[in-house]
Amino acid sequence: MALQDVCGFLETLDDISPCTYLPNEMGYMWRTPFEFDRDSAFHFLFPPQQCSRKNRAPTLFSSTFSSLSPHQQPFQLSHGTTTLGFIFQDGVIAAADTRASCKGLICCPISQKIMPIHSHLVVNTSGSGADCMLWERILTREMRLYQLRHRKRLSINGAAKLLSTMLHPFKGTNVCVAATLCGWDGEETQDTLQSCMEIADVKEAVEQDSNVSAISDVSAQGGVKMASINEQDEISKDTQALNPTVSNQNTKNVLSTFGGRSGPRVCYVCSDGLQLKGEIISVGSGSPYAYAVLDDGWRWGMTVDEAVALAREAVFRATHWDAYSGNNVDLFHITAHGWRRRDREDLKEEYYREREREKKKIKEREKERQKREGDELVEGEGDIYSVHCG
Amino acid sequence: MISARAYGDNGKMKEYHYTGPVEHKFSPYAFNGGTVLAVAGEDFALVASDTRLSEGYSIHSRDSPKCYKLTDTTVIGCSGFHGDCLTLTKIIEARLKMYKHSNNKSMTSGAIAAMLSTILYGKRFFPYYVYNIIGGLDEEGRGAVYSFDPVGSYQRDTYKAGGSASAMLQPLLDNQIGFKNMENVEQLPLTLEKAVQLVKDVFISAAERDVYTGDALKICIITKEGIREEIVPLRKD
Repeated sequence: MALQDVCGFLETLDDISPCTYLPNEMGYMWRTPFEFDRDSAFHFLFPPQQCSRKNRAPTLFSSTFSSLSPHQQPFQLSHGTTTLGFIFQDGVIAAADTRASCKGLICCPISQKIMPIHSHLVVNTSGSGADCMLWERILTREMRLYQLRHRKRLSINGAAKLLSTMLHPFKGTNVCVAATLCGWDGEETQDTLQSCMEIADVKEAVEQDSNVSAISDVSAQGGVKMASINEQDEISKDTQALNPTVSNQNTKNVLSTFGGRSGPRVCYVCSDGLQLKGEIISVGSGSPYAYAVLDDGWRWGMTVDEAVALAREAVFRATHWDAYSGNNVDLFHITAHGWRRRDREDLKEEYYREREREKKKIKEREKERQKREGDELVEGEGDIYSVHCG
Repeated sequence: MISARAYGDNGKMKEYHYTGPVEHKFSPYAFNGGTVLAVAGEDFALVASDTRLSEGYSIHSRDSPKCYKLTDTTVIGCSGFHGDCLTLTKIIEARLKMYKHSNNKSMTSGAIAAMLSTILYGKRFFPYYVYNIIGGLDEEGRGAVYSFDPVGSYQRDTYKAGGSASAMLQPLLDNQIGFKNMENVEQLPLTLEKAVQLVKDVFISAAERDVYTGDALKICIITKEGIREEIVPLRKD
């Protein structure tokens, strides 16, 4: 690229364009119906030429271009949300609100922010609605192609890396995608299920250890070793020659590397290029409130019901405090068997239930207080020196 | 335009004086107004739009409807910048013809919606300033409405209002068609006659309060028999 700039090498016909603004745009526009058929698969993988023009040496004409692009858009794209994902011993929970807002107006009160990619992976999207919708489709396509070419599913970390690489050419433009990939890695075999339960036991033991995330990083490196062994396992299964020693090695290796290749995972990918792995990830304008609730209630050894209740509570609190989140809660639970969607719950109901609970609590407190006063009254009568404080 | 410099330090307005030449950047967009509405029923769909074309303080035309017929079962409503509306509909019609010639059948409403999403996102960095709503019948003959944002994000709805008066109409539709925030109400399915009457009432209200909406209302009613049009006059002031 640098050599290209120094030599002034013109890549496509586009660069030898006239200096006036309108005809160039017309040229680009009228090409669109036919552009799709020629190279439809790669059409979205690179930003249009005018963005790369900024890198070229400034000339008399290019200075006009740089001042005109990106164009002042007279409308806003949808933003503002609360999404969260966390892992626990029995899988992954992905939850999100359903409000799509656009600079003060709610464009859609029932949008779907959690989209399944394949049977064991869902993605929580936040940021600009159109960008998320399209990039999720592109990611689904690429993962399916990977699965067909390599005969195994791409891991969550691999998917995160793939998405991050695909978004990289758009760094600096106003594409805004913040996706949390939540899923279950690994093949759906009996060995991996057993190994996951063993992982769970080990994880329980080190639950108090603050270096849990460091250990899972180590496991990511150990994962490469795991991959080859798992493949062997698969091949041996295919040829109907189940080698018990291979599967024993499998579980042994898994025990030595916490997490190994299979198990629940959450990964965060941002269009800036940021990639995060962890146990609890929350994104959006309501995420600080959600983090507060999640940090308080999260334990690795939670049951499914506890985890679901925690996620719902976190989103509810976030929607209460954040103006850009609200309406309903969507919840997905992913296990080794795949994802399952919970019913969408209207937060209006939750709010009324909360009010009822508060009313009941106040009544009970009032009763307690009266009882206490009554008791003190009885005690106080017998002792003339006691001070009656009501 | 009131700029910050018009007010002095003590809060009183400064005396008006010539501040020097001001550079107005050329904007490739203009806002031509107009409202579009679509409603989906059990076996019908309605797409309605007003017919006023305005810009700033002027009205360019009183007879410029914003519904465009795409196929026998699909109508699209586009409001926003009229230049982009015209080009976008030309591109959609060209792609429909190409599809028909390659696949020997017309595109379904869902397919048109998906295609429009990719067409719009193709110009993500210089978008079409158009708010689209597609209304039509899906493969099973049920009404379908797809609403879009200018860069291609879309979803299927039961009803949607777009354009200049959308913020006024959408809450009314939420209440009357979606029965939102109504307690103890009997939720009857929407009949065609009731839907048409509702659309007329709703546009009359919009014309009262939105300057860019008025002149006439054109309703396209899509049923399995075909597409029927109705024109209703609105306020012309």
